[in-house]
Amino acid sequence: MGIMKIDGRKVEFTDEKNVLSVIRNAGINIPTLCYHSEVSTFGACRLCTVEDDKGRTFASCSEEPRDGMVIYTNSGKVKKYRKLIVELLLAAHCRDCTTCVRSGECTLQELARRLGVTDVRFKNTREERPIDDSSPSIIRDPNKCILCGDCVRACEELQGIGALGFTFRGTDAVVMPAFNKRIADTFCVNCGQCRVFCPTGAISIRSNIDEVWDALADPDVRVVAQVAPAVRVAVGEAFGVEKGRSVMGKIVNGLHRMGFDEVYDTTFAADMTVMEESAEFLERIEKGGPLPLLTSCCPAWVKYVTDQRKEFIPNVSTCRSPQGMMSAAVKEYYRDPQKAAGKKTIMVSIMPCTAKKMEAKRSNSFTKGEQDTDIVITTTELIRMIKNFGLDFSALMPESSDIPFGFGSGGGVLFGVTGGVTEAVLRRLIPEHDKTALDEIAESGVRGDDAVKELTIPYKGMDVKICVVNGLANAARIMDKVKAGEAEYHLIEVMACRRGCIMGGGQPTHAGPRTKAARAHGIYNADNVAIIKKPDENPLLNSLYETLMKGKEHELLHNEFY
Amino acid sequence: MLDQSYYQMTDEIIGRYGKAPASLIPILQDIQEEYRYLPGELLTYVAGEIGVKEAKAYSVATFYENFSFEQKGKYVIKVCDGTACHVRKSAPVLEALLKELGLSKKKHTTDDMLFTVETVSCLGACGLAPTLMVNEEVHPTMTPEKAIELIQELRGESR
Repeated sequence: MGIMKIDGRKVEFTDEKNVLSVIRNAGINIPTLCYHSEVSTFGACRLCTVEDDKGRTFASCSEEPRDGMVIYTNSGKVKKYRKLIVELLLAAHCRDCTTCVRSGECTLQELARRLGVTDVRFKNTREERPIDDSSPSIIRDPNKCILCGDCVRACEELQGIGALGFTFRGTDAVVMPAFNKRIADTFCVNCGQCRVFCPTGAISIRSNIDEVWDALADPDVRVVAQVAPAVRVAVGEAFGVEKGRSVMGKIVNGLHRMGFDEVYDTTFAADMTVMEESAEFLERIEKGGPLPLLTSCCPAWVKYVTDQRKEFIPNVSTCRSPQGMMSAAVKEYYRDPQKAAGKKTIMVSIMPCTAKKMEAKRSNSFTKGEQDTDIVITTTELIRMIKNFGLDFSALMPESSDIPFGFGSGGGVLFGVTGGVTEAVLRRLIPEHDKTALDEIAESGVRGDDAVKELTIPYKGMDVKICVVNGLANAARIMDKVKAGEAEYHLIEVMACRRGCIMGGGQPTHAGPRTKAARAHGIYNADNVAIIKKPDENPLLNSLYETLMKGKEHELLHNEFY
Repeated sequence: MLDQSYYQMTDEIIGRYGKAPASLIPILQDIQEEYRYLPGELLTYVAGEIGVKEAKAYSVATFYENFSFEQKGKYVIKVCDGTACHVRKSAPVLEALLKELGLSKKKHTTDDMLFTVETVSCLGACGLAPTLMVNEEVHPTMTPEKAIELIQELRGESR
């Protein structure tokens, strides 16, 4: 609590943890490259340097607010200082901006422009280093790294994986895995949070756009898209649409215009997941285990368990993820030669997630030895495709998705946020479907972006204990407790990314607190306007269970993890 | 693959300091003292045992010049190239050593694993410049000739 003077104006502060937050709350967007409120303060980039009334300069991210402070955020001294920092960073940075995948979304590039760096007086003396493209999800280009350490902290602190670290020191310092291993040879779970935190193009999404264009150009191919729940509330951000607004209708139209033959909604497959997973859950409760049942929709989480927590593999639900179920169902549909009509079907999955690229290639997710999901692109890549095609997004009229896989319940849409899978499963388990019953579930503590939520739901005379957790580091702590016998649950829902898929590694970057909240809000809104809320009441799904899927549920919708 | 005895030794060393992240550096130092280098497999093993991510442990081990992942020779020769030694002609001493042992700026250790030659920035014995150290022993006022004599002496010793 106290008052400080910022650029001559009095500013009150309460519990802000550093001067930087006070300055930002006062409406001054002070530049930073290494500051993220969700990970520890690092103080490396020094761009947030300010000056006080004694002429002392300090990094505002690493200074506690004190009553009576007098701060100048834009004195001549700090302006000159900031500009020099960016110039020095650029000196040791690959400057092929025009061909960089991050161009236009790069914080370093934006700061250079904002601070008026028009010339770099220093020579780049750094040796060129090889690019690591071993991962199906991300590409690491050390030549674009500015050593801010954002990826290192995101990977270790948020995800508990620690695949990347600083190595060597001084001018030899490089961010890389231990022993300069390829990313693919580490415990990397492909979540892509490093790419979300990276302010430059040093870590980027592996692009699969060209494969999609090739498929679209092939007359002998039927190109089918599926669009995940979290994609619809983020695409609009790139086109000036109000934050968090669902633009599913526009996406469907856009995909049709680009040449997709059919556009389906992954929400439909989420409904299938609810049906399968709740059946599995009840069966395990009846048989007495293995419990807790661990959700399997998040591929980064599944990879963490299969890599590092093998003792819990039997607990992982055998359900495929919604992506996997959708692709398997569509491919099965077109196995009928009459329906296939001589065309090959290519399944393009549009996801908020970089790990889905890895999941699609996981051989235990194949049906009849064939890869069901052919190409996975992220929200970011979809935005690039729309721009590349030249579609005027604002002029796109909303369209509905195609049948038979284009209709999902409100419960299915909730898969985009943390707690959504649980909420949808609870909707399935209760017999009622009136508003009061649904509201009761919504208010049971399942919603909200807390890292760990625990709830106890009375069901058929027993207390069902559920834990909803997001962020892999948090999940690891919960699993430690379960292992030690300190916590007991029947069901644990895990999403590797904080807040769930809406903040996935493939989503547009630079999402501040307002955007994060708006995306979650957008998901709940999409549920609010859904006519059918309960996954088990999806009429298209029920008819498919009677026809296409009959007797093939296990083959198409489940897989084993080993 | 390292012999099982390496892991037993490492377990014993870990036992000296306890399984805690803070024990990392002392453990690595003892391993290096034991084997005259830090085998990468043991770094990974220690990280797992004391609850530090492998990348973090590697980060620490590469930060300090003192840790080496390369196996070193029986005699580690540290030629001082600090200011005082440099002006009193340490460079020819280094040249002579490298030539005598068939080493270069990139190849630090002889194939028979007898000698490793490194340069250091200052040994803190400027009054004795130019100087070098063989393992823990300091040799003052070196010349190229004296350096070669020293090598021959050490070769004889190890026979």
